[in-house]
Amino acid sequence: MRRVYFNEEACIGCHLCEIYCQLQHSQSRELIKVFKRESPHPLPRVRVEEKGPVSLSIRCQQCDEAPCVYACLTGALTRDAINEVVVLDEERCVGCWTCILVCPFGTIRRDVDQRKTVKCDLCQGEDVPICVINCPNEALVYKESS
Amino acid sequence: MIKEERIKYLIIGNSAGGIGAAESIREVDKVGTITILSDEPYPAYSRPLISDYLAERRPLQRMLFRPPDFYEENNIQSIPGRKVTGLDIDEHNIQLVDGRAIIWEKLLLATGGSPIMPEITGIDLEGVFTFTTLDDAKEIDQFLNNYHRRKIRAVVIGGGLIGVSVTEALVKRGVDVTIIEMKDRILNTILDEEASALVETSLQQFGVEIITGQTVDKVTSYLSGAATGVTLDDSRPIPCEIVIVAIGVQPRTELVSNTGIKKKRGIIVDRHMTTSNSDVYACGDVAEAYDFVYGENRLTPIWPNAFIGGRVAGFNMAGVQTEYQGGTAMNSLKYFGLAIVSAGMVTPLDDSYEVISQIHDHVYKKIVLKDGLIVGLVFSGDIDKSGIIYNLMKDKVNIEDFKQTLVADDFGLVSLPEEIWKPGLAIPPSALACGISSVEQTEEVLVGE
Repeated sequence: MRRVYFNEEACIGCHLCEIYCQLQHSQSRELIKVFKRESPHPLPRVRVEEKGPVSLSIRCQQCDEAPCVYACLTGALTRDAINEVVVLDEERCVGCWTCILVCPFGTIRRDVDQRKTVKCDLCQGEDVPICVINCPNEALVYKESS
Repeated sequence: MIKEERIKYLIIGNSAGGIGAAESIREVDKVGTITILSDEPYPAYSRPLISDYLAERRPLQRMLFRPPDFYEENNIQSIPGRKVTGLDIDEHNIQLVDGRAIIWEKLLLATGGSPIMPEITGIDLEGVFTFTTLDDAKEIDQFLNNYHRRKIRAVVIGGGLIGVSVTEALVKRGVDVTIIEMKDRILNTILDEEASALVETSLQQFGVEIITGQTVDKVTSYLSGAATGVTLDDSRPIPCEIVIVAIGVQPRTELVSNTGIKKKRGIIVDRHMTTSNSDVYACGDVAEAYDFVYGENRLTPIWPNAFIGGRVAGFNMAGVQTEYQGGTAMNSLKYFGLAIVSAGMVTPLDDSYEVISQIHDHVYKKIVLKDGLIVGLVFSGDIDKSGIIYNLMKDKVNIEDFKQTLVADDFGLVSLPEEIWKPGLAIPPSALACGISSVEQTEEVLVGE
Protein backbone atom coordinates (compact mmCIF):
# COMPACT_ATOMS: atom_id res chain seq x y z
CA MET A 1 0.00 0.00 0.00
CA ARG A 2 1.01 3.62 -0.35
CA ARG A 3 2.10 5.46 2.78
CA VAL A 4 3.26 8.96 3.68
CA TYR A 5 6.97 8.98 4.52
CA PHE A 6 8.95 11.76 6.07
CA ASN A 7 12.37 13.19 5.30
CA GLU A 8 13.59 14.99 8.40
CA GLU A 9 16.39 16.80 6.57
CA ALA A 10 13.86 18.66 4.44
CA CYS A 11 11.36 19.55 7.19
CA ILE A 12 11.55 23.14 8.41
CA GLY A 13 8.73 22.84 10.94
CA CYS A 14 6.35 25.16 9.12
CA HIS A 15 3.25 23.26 10.38
CA LEU A 16 1.52 23.66 7.00
CA CYS A 17 0.79 19.92 7.03
CA GLU A 18 -1.21 20.39 10.23
CA ILE A 19 -3.08 23.39 8.87
CA TYR A 20 -4.04 21.75 5.58
CA CYS A 21 -5.01 18.56 7.40
CA GLN A 22 -7.32 20.48 9.70
CA LEU A 23 -8.82 22.29 6.74
CA GLN A 24 -9.30 19.06 4.80
CA HIS A 25 -11.13 17.41 7.69
CA SER A 26 -13.43 20.36 8.37
CA GLN A 27 -17.04 20.90 7.35
CA SER A 28 -16.62 24.32 5.76
CA ARG A 29 -13.11 24.05 4.27
CA GLU A 30 -12.79 27.79 4.82
CA LEU A 31 -9.53 28.64 6.54
CA ILE A 32 -10.63 31.46 8.85
CA LYS A 33 -13.87 29.74 9.78
CA VAL A 34 -12.14 26.44 10.49
CA PHE A 35 -9.64 27.96 12.86
CA LYS A 36 -11.90 30.46 14.59
CA ARG A 37 -15.52 29.41 14.54
CA GLU A 38 -16.35 25.97 13.19
CA SER A 39 -18.14 23.73 15.63
CA PRO A 40 -17.45 20.90 16.21
CA HIS A 41 -13.89 22.13 15.95
CA PRO A 42 -11.96 19.95 13.48
CA LEU A 43 -8.66 18.50 14.69
CA PRO A 44 -5.57 17.87 12.56
CA ARG A 45 -4.59 14.21 12.10
CA VAL A 46 -0.94 15.07 11.76
CA ARG A 47 1.32 16.47 14.45
CA VAL A 48 4.53 18.45 14.12
CA GLU A 49 7.02 17.98 16.97
CA GLU A 50 10.04 20.21 17.38
CA LYS A 51 13.24 20.06 19.35
CA GLY A 52 15.94 22.57 18.41
CA PRO A 53 16.58 22.33 14.69
CA VAL A 54 14.83 18.96 14.41
CA SER A 55 11.16 18.86 13.50
CA LEU A 56 9.03 15.83 12.78
CA SER A 57 5.74 15.63 10.88
CA ILE A 58 3.98 12.59 12.35
CA ARG A 59 0.80 10.81 11.28
CA CYS A 60 -0.58 7.27 11.31
CA GLN A 61 1.85 5.00 9.44
CA GLN A 62 -0.86 2.41 8.68
CA CYS A 63 1.20 -0.31 10.46
CA ASP A 64 1.09 -3.74 8.80
CA GLU A 65 0.07 -5.45 12.03
CA ALA A 66 -1.79 -2.40 13.34
CA PRO A 67 -2.00 -2.59 17.14
CA CYS A 68 -4.86 -0.09 17.26
CA VAL A 69 -7.05 -2.32 15.09
CA TYR A 70 -6.41 -5.31 17.36
CA ALA A 71 -6.87 -3.32 20.55
CA CYS A 72 -10.09 -1.58 19.50
CA LEU A 73 -12.80 -2.62 21.94
CA THR A 74 -15.74 -1.92 19.67
CA GLY A 75 -14.55 -2.86 16.20
CA ALA A 76 -14.52 0.80 15.15
CA LEU A 77 -10.97 0.61 13.80
CA THR A 78 -10.54 -1.69 10.83
CA ARG A 79 -8.24 -2.11 7.87
CA ASP A 80 -10.06 -1.37 4.63
CA ALA A 81 -10.17 -4.58 2.61
CA ILE A 82 -9.50 -2.78 -0.66
CA ASN A 83 -7.08 0.07 -0.08
CA GLU A 84 -5.61 -1.27 3.22
CA VAL A 85 -5.99 2.07 5.02
CA VAL A 86 -6.69 1.82 8.76
CA VAL A 87 -10.03 3.57 9.04
CA LEU A 88 -12.21 4.67 11.93
CA ASP A 89 -15.96 4.12 11.90
CA GLU A 90 -17.04 7.14 13.93
CA GLU A 91 -20.43 5.59 14.62
CA ARG A 92 -18.84 2.70 16.47
CA CYS A 93 -16.09 4.61 18.29
CA VAL A 94 -16.99 5.35 21.92
CA GLY A 95 -13.80 7.20 22.79
CA CYS A 96 -12.36 4.59 25.17
CA TRP A 97 -8.82 5.64 24.10
CA THR A 98 -7.45 2.08 24.15
CA CYS A 99 -6.01 2.70 20.67
CA ILE A 100 -4.05 5.66 22.03
CA LEU A 101 -2.33 3.45 24.59
CA VAL A 102 -0.99 1.08 21.92
CA CYS A 103 -0.04 3.47 19.09
CA PRO A 104 3.76 3.43 18.72
CA PHE A 105 3.73 6.89 17.12
CA GLY A 106 1.39 8.53 19.62
CA THR A 107 -0.48 9.79 16.61
CA ILE A 108 -4.10 9.01 17.45
CA ARG A 109 -5.81 12.04 18.94
CA ARG A 110 -8.70 12.43 21.33
CA ASP A 111 -11.64 14.54 20.24
CA VAL A 112 -12.92 14.89 23.79
CA ASP A 113 -16.02 16.91 22.82
CA GLN A 114 -17.15 14.32 20.28
CA ARG A 115 -16.01 11.32 22.37
CA LYS A 116 -14.22 9.99 19.27
CA THR A 117 -10.65 9.42 18.29
CA VAL A 118 -9.31 11.04 15.16
CA LYS A 119 -6.60 9.59 12.99
CA CYS A 120 -5.05 10.05 9.56
CA ASP A 121 -7.16 8.48 6.80
CA LEU A 122 -4.67 9.38 4.04
CA CYS A 123 -7.34 11.83 2.81
CA GLN A 124 -9.82 9.27 1.46
CA GLY A 125 -11.18 10.46 -1.86
CA GLU A 126 -8.03 12.38 -2.81
CA ASP A 127 -5.32 10.97 -5.07
CA VAL A 128 -2.56 12.24 -2.81
CA PRO A 129 -2.93 13.23 0.87
CA ILE A 130 -3.33 16.95 1.27
CA CYS A 131 -0.33 17.30 3.62
CA VAL A 132 1.94 15.84 0.96
CA ILE A 133 0.60 18.15 -1.75
CA ASN A 134 1.09 21.22 0.41
CA CYS A 135 4.48 20.46 1.94
CA PRO A 136 6.60 23.36 0.57
CA ASN A 137 9.86 21.49 0.87
CA GLU A 138 8.93 17.99 -0.24
CA ALA A 139 9.68 16.62 3.21
CA LEU A 140 6.65 14.39 2.80
CA VAL A 141 6.48 11.71 0.14
CA TYR A 142 3.62 9.41 -0.76
CA LYS A 143 5.06 6.08 -1.86
CA GLU A 144 4.33 2.43 -2.33
CA SER A 145 5.92 0.61 0.58
CA SER A 146 6.69 -2.83 -0.72
CA MET B 1 -28.87 -41.54 15.91
CA ILE B 2 -26.72 -38.57 16.87
CA LYS B 3 -26.00 -36.14 14.10
CA GLU B 4 -22.27 -35.72 13.65
CA GLU B 5 -20.53 -32.91 11.82
CA ARG B 6 -16.93 -32.62 10.71
CA ILE B 7 -15.34 -29.21 11.09
CA LYS B 8 -11.75 -28.17 10.43
CA TYR B 9 -11.59 -25.32 12.92
CA LEU B 10 -13.82 -25.31 15.97
CA ILE B 11 -13.83 -22.19 18.13
CA ILE B 12 -15.58 -22.17 21.49
CA GLY B 13 -16.30 -18.57 22.43
CA ASN B 14 -17.74 -15.81 20.29
CA SER B 15 -15.99 -12.77 21.71
CA ALA B 16 -12.64 -11.00 21.12
CA GLY B 17 -10.48 -14.16 21.03
CA GLY B 18 -12.86 -16.23 18.93
CA ILE B 19 -13.36 -13.49 16.36
CA GLY B 20 -9.62 -12.70 16.25
CA ALA B 21 -8.93 -16.35 15.45
CA ALA B 22 -11.69 -16.73 12.88
CA GLU B 23 -10.40 -13.66 11.02
CA SER B 24 -6.78 -14.76 10.92
CA ILE B 25 -7.77 -18.28 9.83
CA ARG B 26 -9.73 -16.76 6.94
CA GLU B 27 -6.75 -14.60 5.97
CA VAL B 28 -4.74 -17.72 5.21
CA ASP B 29 -7.34 -20.45 4.64
CA LYS B 30 -10.31 -19.38 2.55
CA VAL B 31 -12.04 -22.74 2.46
CA GLY B 32 -11.45 -24.69 5.70
CA THR B 33 -14.70 -25.01 7.64
CA ILE B 34 -14.96 -22.79 10.71
CA THR B 35 -17.58 -23.13 13.44
CA ILE B 36 -17.93 -20.73 16.36
CA LEU B 37 -19.87 -21.98 19.38
CA SER B 38 -21.16 -19.78 22.16
CA ASP B 39 -23.54 -20.13 25.06
CA GLU B 40 -24.62 -16.54 24.54
CA PRO B 41 -27.52 -16.05 22.11
CA TYR B 42 -26.01 -13.03 20.31
CA PRO B 43 -23.63 -12.27 17.48
CA ALA B 44 -20.23 -11.09 18.78
CA TYR B 45 -20.69 -7.87 20.70
CA SER B 46 -18.28 -5.55 22.42
CA ARG B 47 -18.38 -6.73 26.01
CA PRO B 48 -17.05 -3.46 27.48
CA LEU B 49 -20.11 -1.74 26.00
CA ILE B 50 -22.49 -3.46 28.40
CA SER B 51 -21.83 -0.39 30.59
CA ASP B 52 -23.23 1.79 27.83
CA TYR B 53 -26.17 -0.58 27.44
CA LEU B 54 -27.00 -0.16 31.11
CA ALA B 55 -26.19 3.56 31.30
CA GLU B 56 -27.91 4.78 28.16
CA ARG B 57 -29.66 1.73 26.73
CA ARG B 58 -27.28 1.52 23.80
CA PRO B 59 -28.99 -0.97 21.45
CA LEU B 60 -27.35 -4.29 20.55
CA GLN B 61 -27.01 -3.22 16.90
CA ARG B 62 -24.65 -0.48 18.09
CA MET B 63 -22.68 -2.88 20.28
CA LEU B 64 -21.85 -5.40 17.55
CA PHE B 65 -18.13 -6.08 17.30
CA ARG B 66 -18.42 -6.93 13.62
CA PRO B 67 -20.99 -6.05 10.94
CA PRO B 68 -24.18 -8.18 10.93
CA ASP B 69 -23.08 -10.06 7.78
CA PHE B 70 -19.68 -10.96 9.26
CA TYR B 71 -20.34 -14.71 9.64
CA GLU B 72 -21.92 -15.07 6.21
CA GLU B 73 -19.26 -12.96 4.48
CA ASN B 74 -16.47 -15.05 5.98
CA ASN B 75 -18.26 -18.36 5.54
CA ILE B 76 -18.28 -19.06 9.26
CA GLN B 77 -20.91 -21.26 10.86
CA SER B 78 -22.10 -19.63 14.06
CA ILE B 79 -23.94 -21.68 16.66
CA PRO B 80 -25.03 -19.21 19.32
CA GLY B 81 -26.88 -19.92 22.54
CA ARG B 82 -25.76 -23.55 22.80
CA LYS B 83 -23.80 -25.00 25.70
CA VAL B 84 -21.04 -27.55 25.24
CA THR B 85 -21.73 -30.59 27.39
CA GLY B 86 -18.74 -32.78 26.67
CA LEU B 87 -15.26 -32.65 25.19
CA ASP B 88 -13.21 -35.66 24.16
CA ILE B 89 -9.73 -34.53 23.24
CA ASP B 90 -8.44 -37.90 21.99
CA GLU B 91 -11.46 -38.44 19.75
CA HIS B 92 -11.47 -34.77 18.63
CA ASN B 93 -15.13 -34.73 19.51
CA ILE B 94 -17.42 -32.25 21.19
CA GLN B 95 -21.02 -32.64 22.29
CA LEU B 96 -23.60 -29.90 22.48
CA VAL B 97 -26.55 -29.60 24.79
CA ASP B 98 -28.97 -30.39 21.95
CA GLY B 99 -27.35 -33.77 21.33
CA ARG B 100 -25.36 -32.60 18.35
CA ALA B 101 -21.74 -33.74 18.05
CA ILE B 102 -18.89 -32.08 16.18
CA ILE B 103 -15.63 -33.68 15.10
CA TRP B 104 -12.90 -31.07 14.83
CA GLU B 105 -9.34 -30.98 13.54
CA LYS B 106 -8.15 -27.91 15.48
CA LEU B 107 -9.87 -26.56 18.56
CA LEU B 108 -9.64 -23.09 20.12
CA LEU B 109 -10.81 -22.56 23.68
CA ALA B 110 -11.82 -18.93 23.97
CA THR B 111 -14.36 -19.48 26.71
CA GLY B 112 -13.50 -16.39 28.74
CA GLY B 113 -14.11 -15.98 32.44
CA SER B 114 -17.03 -16.20 34.81
CA PRO B 115 -17.75 -14.05 37.86
CA ILE B 116 -16.49 -15.36 41.19
CA MET B 117 -19.37 -15.69 43.64
CA PRO B 118 -18.51 -15.42 47.33
CA GLU B 119 -20.05 -18.08 49.53
CA ILE B 120 -22.10 -15.79 51.71
CA THR B 121 -25.66 -15.93 52.95
CA GLY B 122 -28.19 -14.33 50.65
CA ILE B 123 -26.08 -14.42 47.49
CA ASP B 124 -28.94 -16.11 45.62
CA LEU B 125 -31.55 -13.52 46.58
CA GLU B 126 -33.49 -11.58 43.99
CA GLY B 127 -31.75 -8.27 43.34
CA VAL B 128 -28.25 -9.78 43.39
CA PHE B 129 -26.52 -9.53 40.02
CA THR B 130 -23.19 -9.97 38.30
CA PHE B 131 -21.95 -7.78 35.44
CA THR B 132 -19.96 -9.54 32.74
CA THR B 133 -22.43 -10.28 29.94
CA LEU B 134 -25.11 -8.47 27.99
CA ASP B 135 -27.71 -10.64 29.71
CA ASP B 136 -26.40 -9.42 33.08
CA ALA B 137 -26.84 -5.82 31.91
CA LYS B 138 -30.33 -6.63 30.62
CA GLU B 139 -31.36 -8.15 33.94
CA ILE B 140 -30.17 -5.11 35.88
CA ASP B 141 -31.90 -2.84 33.38
CA GLN B 142 -35.15 -4.79 33.81
CA PHE B 143 -34.88 -4.56 37.56
CA LEU B 144 -34.39 -0.78 37.42
CA ASN B 145 -37.30 -0.39 35.01
CA ASN B 146 -39.65 -2.34 37.27
CA TYR B 147 -38.71 -0.48 40.41
CA HIS B 148 -40.89 2.56 40.83
CA ARG B 149 -41.16 3.17 44.53
CA ARG B 150 -38.33 5.56 45.34
CA LYS B 151 -34.67 6.16 44.75
CA ILE B 152 -32.80 2.92 44.21
CA ARG B 153 -29.69 2.15 46.21
CA ALA B 154 -27.01 -0.28 45.07
CA VAL B 155 -24.13 -1.96 46.84
CA VAL B 156 -21.30 -2.96 44.52
CA ILE B 157 -19.08 -5.62 46.07
CA GLY B 158 -15.60 -5.14 44.65
CA GLY B 159 -13.91 -1.97 43.40
CA GLY B 160 -12.13 -3.43 40.36
CA LEU B 161 -12.76 -2.61 36.70
CA ILE B 162 -16.14 -4.34 36.60
CA GLY B 163 -17.25 -2.83 39.89
CA VAL B 164 -16.34 0.70 38.92
CA SER B 165 -17.80 0.29 35.42
CA VAL B 166 -21.16 -0.85 36.74
CA THR B 167 -21.03 1.94 39.32
CA GLU B 168 -20.65 4.58 36.64
CA ALA B 169 -23.53 3.09 34.64
CA LEU B 170 -25.78 2.90 37.71
CA VAL B 171 -24.99 6.51 38.70
CA LYS B 172 -25.96 7.58 35.18
CA ARG B 173 -29.29 5.80 35.76
CA GLY B 174 -29.83 7.79 38.95
CA VAL B 175 -28.95 5.00 41.39
CA ASP B 176 -27.14 5.76 44.69
CA VAL B 177 -24.09 3.51 44.80
CA THR B 178 -21.86 2.29 47.61
CA ILE B 179 -18.72 0.39 46.64
CA ILE B 180 -17.31 -2.09 49.16
CA GLU B 181 -13.64 -2.82 48.44
CA MET B 182 -11.75 -5.38 50.48
CA LYS B 183 -8.32 -3.80 49.92
CA ASP B 184 -7.37 -0.28 50.94
CA ARG B 185 -8.21 1.32 47.59
CA ILE B 186 -10.30 0.75 44.47
CA LEU B 187 -8.73 -0.42 41.19
CA ASN B 188 -5.76 -1.62 43.23
CA THR B 189 -4.60 -4.24 40.71
CA ILE B 190 -4.39 -1.93 37.70
CA LEU B 191 -3.62 1.50 39.18
CA ASP B 192 -1.12 2.90 41.65
CA GLU B 193 -2.15 4.81 44.78
CA GLU B 194 -2.17 8.23 43.12
CA ALA B 195 -4.31 7.20 40.17
CA SER B 196 -6.70 5.22 42.39
CA ALA B 197 -7.15 8.36 44.46
CA LEU B 198 -7.94 10.37 41.32
CA VAL B 199 -10.72 7.93 40.38
CA GLU B 200 -12.02 7.83 43.96
CA THR B 201 -12.28 11.62 44.08
CA SER B 202 -14.03 11.63 40.72
CA LEU B 203 -16.54 8.97 41.84
CA GLN B 204 -17.18 10.75 45.13
CA GLN B 205 -17.92 13.97 43.24
CA PHE B 206 -20.74 12.06 41.57
CA GLY B 207 -22.10 10.93 44.91
CA VAL B 208 -20.60 7.46 45.11
CA GLU B 209 -19.72 6.24 48.59
CA ILE B 210 -16.57 4.14 48.77
CA ILE B 211 -15.89 1.86 51.74
CA THR B 212 -12.43 0.25 51.70
CA GLY B 213 -10.78 -2.36 53.87
CA GLN B 214 -14.05 -4.15 54.48
CA THR B 215 -15.98 -7.09 53.11
CA VAL B 216 -19.62 -8.07 52.90
CA ASP B 217 -20.60 -10.80 55.36
CA LYS B 218 -24.08 -11.43 54.05
CA VAL B 219 -26.86 -10.14 51.87
CA THR B 220 -29.91 -9.49 54.02
CA SER B 221 -33.61 -9.73 53.26
CA TYR B 222 -36.67 -8.43 55.05
CA LEU B 223 -38.88 -9.20 52.10
CA SER B 224 -39.61 -12.61 50.74
CA GLY B 225 -36.70 -13.60 48.59
CA ALA B 226 -35.52 -10.10 47.70
CA ALA B 227 -32.31 -8.42 48.82
CA THR B 228 -32.88 -5.43 51.11
CA GLY B 229 -29.32 -4.75 52.18
CA VAL B 230 -25.93 -6.13 53.08
CA THR B 231 -24.08 -6.53 56.37
CA LEU B 232 -20.38 -5.69 56.47
CA ASP B 233 -17.75 -7.64 58.38
CA ASP B 234 -18.01 -5.19 61.29
CA SER B 235 -21.78 -5.88 61.44
CA ARG B 236 -22.61 -2.52 59.91
CA PRO B 237 -25.80 -2.77 57.84
CA ILE B 238 -26.14 -0.98 54.51
CA PRO B 239 -29.66 -0.95 53.12
CA CYS B 240 -30.01 -1.34 49.36
CA GLU B 241 -32.26 -2.76 46.68
CA ILE B 242 -29.55 -4.05 44.35
CA VAL B 243 -26.31 -5.90 45.04
CA ILE B 244 -23.74 -6.28 42.27
CA VAL B 245 -21.09 -8.93 42.83
CA ALA B 246 -17.84 -7.83 41.18
CA ILE B 247 -15.07 -9.42 43.21
CA GLY B 248 -13.37 -10.87 40.15
CA VAL B 249 -13.62 -13.36 37.33
CA GLN B 250 -12.11 -16.80 37.03
CA PRO B 251 -11.10 -18.59 33.83
CA ARG B 252 -13.82 -20.89 32.52
CA THR B 253 -11.67 -23.99 32.39
CA GLU B 254 -14.31 -26.56 33.33
CA LEU B 255 -14.40 -27.97 29.78
CA VAL B 256 -10.82 -29.19 30.01
CA SER B 257 -11.14 -30.81 33.45
CA ASN B 258 -10.22 -34.47 33.11
CA THR B 259 -8.83 -33.98 29.60
CA GLY B 260 -5.19 -33.89 30.66
CA ILE B 261 -4.76 -30.39 29.27
CA LYS B 262 -2.38 -28.50 31.52
CA LYS B 263 -3.78 -25.67 33.58
CA LYS B 264 -3.06 -23.65 36.66
CA ARG B 265 -5.62 -20.94 37.26
CA GLY B 266 -6.02 -20.67 33.49
CA ILE B 267 -5.13 -22.98 30.62
CA ILE B 268 -1.39 -22.84 30.01
CA VAL B 269 -0.39 -21.92 26.45
CA ASP B 270 2.97 -21.53 24.76
CA ARG B 271 4.07 -18.67 22.49
CA HIS B 272 1.98 -20.17 19.68
CA MET B 273 -1.09 -20.19 21.96
CA THR B 274 -0.99 -23.98 21.90
CA THR B 275 -2.05 -25.89 25.01
CA SER B 276 -0.30 -29.03 26.21
CA ASN B 277 -2.21 -30.78 23.40
CA SER B 278 -0.89 -29.75 20.00
CA ASP B 279 -4.36 -29.68 18.36
CA VAL B 280 -5.90 -27.53 21.07
CA TYR B 281 -5.31 -23.81 21.47
CA ALA B 282 -6.49 -21.29 24.05
CA CYS B 283 -6.58 -17.49 24.31
CA GLY B 284 -8.19 -14.65 26.18
CA ASP B 285 -9.45 -14.67 29.75
CA VAL B 286 -9.34 -18.46 29.99
CA ALA B 287 -5.64 -18.69 29.10
CA GLU B 288 -2.40 -18.05 30.94
CA ALA B 289 -0.24 -16.64 28.17
CA TYR B 290 3.15 -14.96 28.08
CA ASP B 291 3.38 -11.59 29.86
CA PHE B 292 6.32 -9.60 28.49
CA VAL B 293 6.67 -7.47 31.61
CA TYR B 294 6.89 -10.33 34.07
CA GLY B 295 8.58 -12.70 31.62
CA GLU B 296 6.23 -15.54 32.55
CA ASN B 297 2.76 -16.86 31.82
CA ARG B 298 0.00 -14.91 33.57
CA LEU B 299 -3.69 -14.23 33.36
CA THR B 300 -4.17 -10.86 31.66
CA PRO B 301 -7.93 -10.81 31.14
CA ILE B 302 -8.29 -7.81 28.86
CA TRP B 303 -9.94 -7.45 25.47
CA PRO B 304 -6.93 -6.53 23.27
CA ASN B 305 -4.82 -9.43 24.58
CA ALA B 306 -7.71 -11.82 23.91
CA PHE B 307 -8.03 -10.55 20.35
CA ILE B 308 -4.30 -10.72 19.56
CA GLY B 309 -3.98 -14.10 21.29
CA GLY B 310 -6.87 -15.35 19.16
CA ARG B 311 -5.28 -13.92 16.04
CA VAL B 312 -2.01 -15.74 16.76
CA ALA B 313 -3.86 -18.96 17.60
CA GLY B 314 -5.81 -18.74 14.34
CA PHE B 315 -2.69 -18.42 12.18
CA ASN B 316 -1.08 -21.38 13.94
CA MET B 317 -4.25 -23.47 13.69
CA ALA B 318 -4.18 -22.84 9.94
CA GLY B 319 -0.55 -23.93 9.76
CA VAL B 320 1.12 -20.51 9.51
CA GLN B 321 3.74 -20.47 12.27
CA THR B 322 3.21 -17.29 14.24
CA GLU B 323 4.61 -16.22 17.57
CA TYR B 324 2.78 -14.28 20.28
CA GLN B 325 5.00 -11.41 21.33
CA GLY B 326 3.24 -11.39 24.67
CA GLY B 327 0.81 -9.09 26.37
CA THR B 328 0.52 -7.47 29.72
CA ALA B 329 -2.17 -5.89 31.87
CA MET B 330 -3.13 -2.72 30.03
CA ASN B 331 -6.15 -0.50 30.47
CA SER B 332 -7.57 2.79 29.36
CA LEU B 333 -10.16 4.22 31.73
CA LYS B 334 -12.43 7.21 31.35
CA TYR B 335 -14.77 7.09 34.29
CA PHE B 336 -16.85 10.27 34.36
CA GLY B 337 -14.55 11.73 31.71
CA LEU B 338 -11.31 11.27 33.66
CA ALA B 339 -8.74 9.80 31.26
CA ILE B 340 -6.27 7.35 32.80
CA VAL B 341 -4.12 4.74 31.10
CA SER B 342 -2.00 2.12 32.80
CA ALA B 343 0.10 -0.83 31.70
CA GLY B 344 2.46 -3.37 33.18
CA MET B 345 3.72 -3.09 36.73
CA VAL B 346 2.24 0.12 38.11
CA THR B 347 3.57 -0.24 41.66
CA PRO B 348 7.19 -1.36 42.08
CA LEU B 349 7.54 -4.77 43.68
CA ASP B 350 10.60 -3.74 45.71
CA ASP B 351 13.46 -1.21 45.98
CA SER B 352 15.24 -2.50 42.90
CA TYR B 353 12.83 -0.53 40.73
CA GLU B 354 13.07 3.16 39.92
CA VAL B 355 10.11 5.50 39.57
CA ILE B 356 10.05 8.65 37.45
CA SER B 357 6.98 10.79 37.78
CA GLN B 358 5.53 14.20 37.27
CA ILE B 359 2.37 15.65 38.74
CA HIS B 360 0.89 19.09 38.18
CA ASP B 361 -2.53 20.59 37.55
CA HIS B 362 -4.55 17.76 36.03
CA VAL B 363 -1.60 15.84 34.66
CA TYR B 364 -0.02 12.78 36.26
CA LYS B 365 2.68 10.76 34.55
CA LYS B 366 4.59 7.90 36.09
CA ILE B 367 6.98 5.34 34.70
CA VAL B 368 8.40 2.36 36.57
CA LEU B 369 11.88 1.23 35.46
CA LYS B 370 14.25 -1.58 36.10
CA ASP B 371 17.78 -1.74 34.72
CA GLY B 372 17.03 0.95 32.15
CA LEU B 373 13.90 -0.78 30.86
CA ILE B 374 10.32 0.39 31.35
CA VAL B 375 8.18 -2.14 33.22
CA GLY B 376 5.09 -0.07 33.95
CA LEU B 377 3.31 3.20 33.30
CA VAL B 378 0.39 5.26 34.58
CA PHE B 379 -0.71 8.43 32.79
CA SER B 380 -3.66 10.63 33.65
CA GLY B 381 -4.93 13.81 32.04
CA ASP B 382 -2.38 14.04 29.23
CA ILE B 383 -2.47 10.49 27.82
CA ASP B 384 -2.01 11.24 24.12
CA LYS B 385 1.62 10.08 23.83
CA SER B 386 1.32 7.18 26.25
CA GLY B 387 1.43 4.75 23.33
CA ILE B 388 5.02 5.74 22.61
CA ILE B 389 5.97 4.82 26.18
CA TYR B 390 3.96 1.59 26.03
CA ASN B 391 5.80 0.53 22.89
CA LEU B 392 9.22 1.41 24.36
CA MET B 393 8.26 -0.93 27.19
CA LYS B 394 7.02 -3.64 24.86
CA ASP B 395 10.07 -3.45 22.61
CA LYS B 396 12.40 -3.43 25.65
CA VAL B 397 14.22 -0.27 24.56
CA ASN B 398 16.85 0.91 27.03
CA ILE B 399 15.77 4.43 27.99
CA GLU B 400 18.39 5.14 30.66
CA ASP B 401 19.95 8.07 28.75
CA PHE B 402 16.72 9.98 28.18
CA LYS B 403 14.42 8.70 30.90
CA GLN B 404 13.62 12.12 32.35
CA THR B 405 12.16 13.34 29.06
CA LEU B 406 9.55 10.57 29.08
CA VAL B 407 7.36 12.29 31.67
CA ALA B 408 8.01 15.86 30.43
CA ASP B 409 5.12 18.01 29.20
CA ASP B 410 6.65 18.37 25.74
CA PHE B 411 7.52 14.68 25.35
CA GLY B 412 7.13 13.25 21.88
CA LEU B 413 8.90 11.04 19.36
CA VAL B 414 11.32 13.92 18.81
CA SER B 415 12.50 13.53 22.43
CA LEU B 416 13.89 10.12 21.52
CA PRO B 417 17.15 9.32 19.74
CA GLU B 418 16.88 9.40 15.96
CA GLU B 419 17.49 5.68 15.63
CA ILE B 420 14.21 5.05 17.47
CA TRP B 421 11.87 7.26 15.45
CA LYS B 422 13.56 7.20 12.08
CA PRO B 423 12.84 3.62 10.98
CA GLY B 424 9.12 4.16 11.50
CA LEU B 425 8.81 7.50 9.71
CA ALA B 426 11.47 7.66 7.00
CA ILE B 427 11.20 6.12 3.56
CA PRO B 428 12.17 2.47 3.91
CA PRO B 429 14.82 1.10 1.53
CA SER B 430 12.18 -1.19 0.05
CA ALA B 431 10.14 1.84 -1.05
CA LEU B 432 13.19 3.60 -2.50
CA ALA B 433 13.93 0.51 -4.53
CA CYS B 434 10.35 0.28 -5.69
CA GLY B 435 10.10 -1.37 -9.08
CA ILE B 436 12.99 -3.71 -8.47
CA SER B 437 11.59 -7.12 -7.80
CA SER B 438 12.94 -8.99 -4.85
CA VAL B 439 12.42 -12.44 -3.50
CA GLU B 440 11.26 -12.41 0.09
CA GLN B 441 12.06 -15.20 2.46
CA THR B 442 9.13 -16.48 4.45
CA GLU B 443 9.77 -15.52 8.03
CA GLU B 444 7.95 -16.30 11.21
CA VAL B 445 5.52 -13.48 11.64
CA LEU B 446 5.35 -11.63 14.94
CA VAL B 447 1.86 -10.51 15.75
CA GLY B 448 0.99 -7.82 18.22
CA GLU B 449 4.08 -5.72 17.71
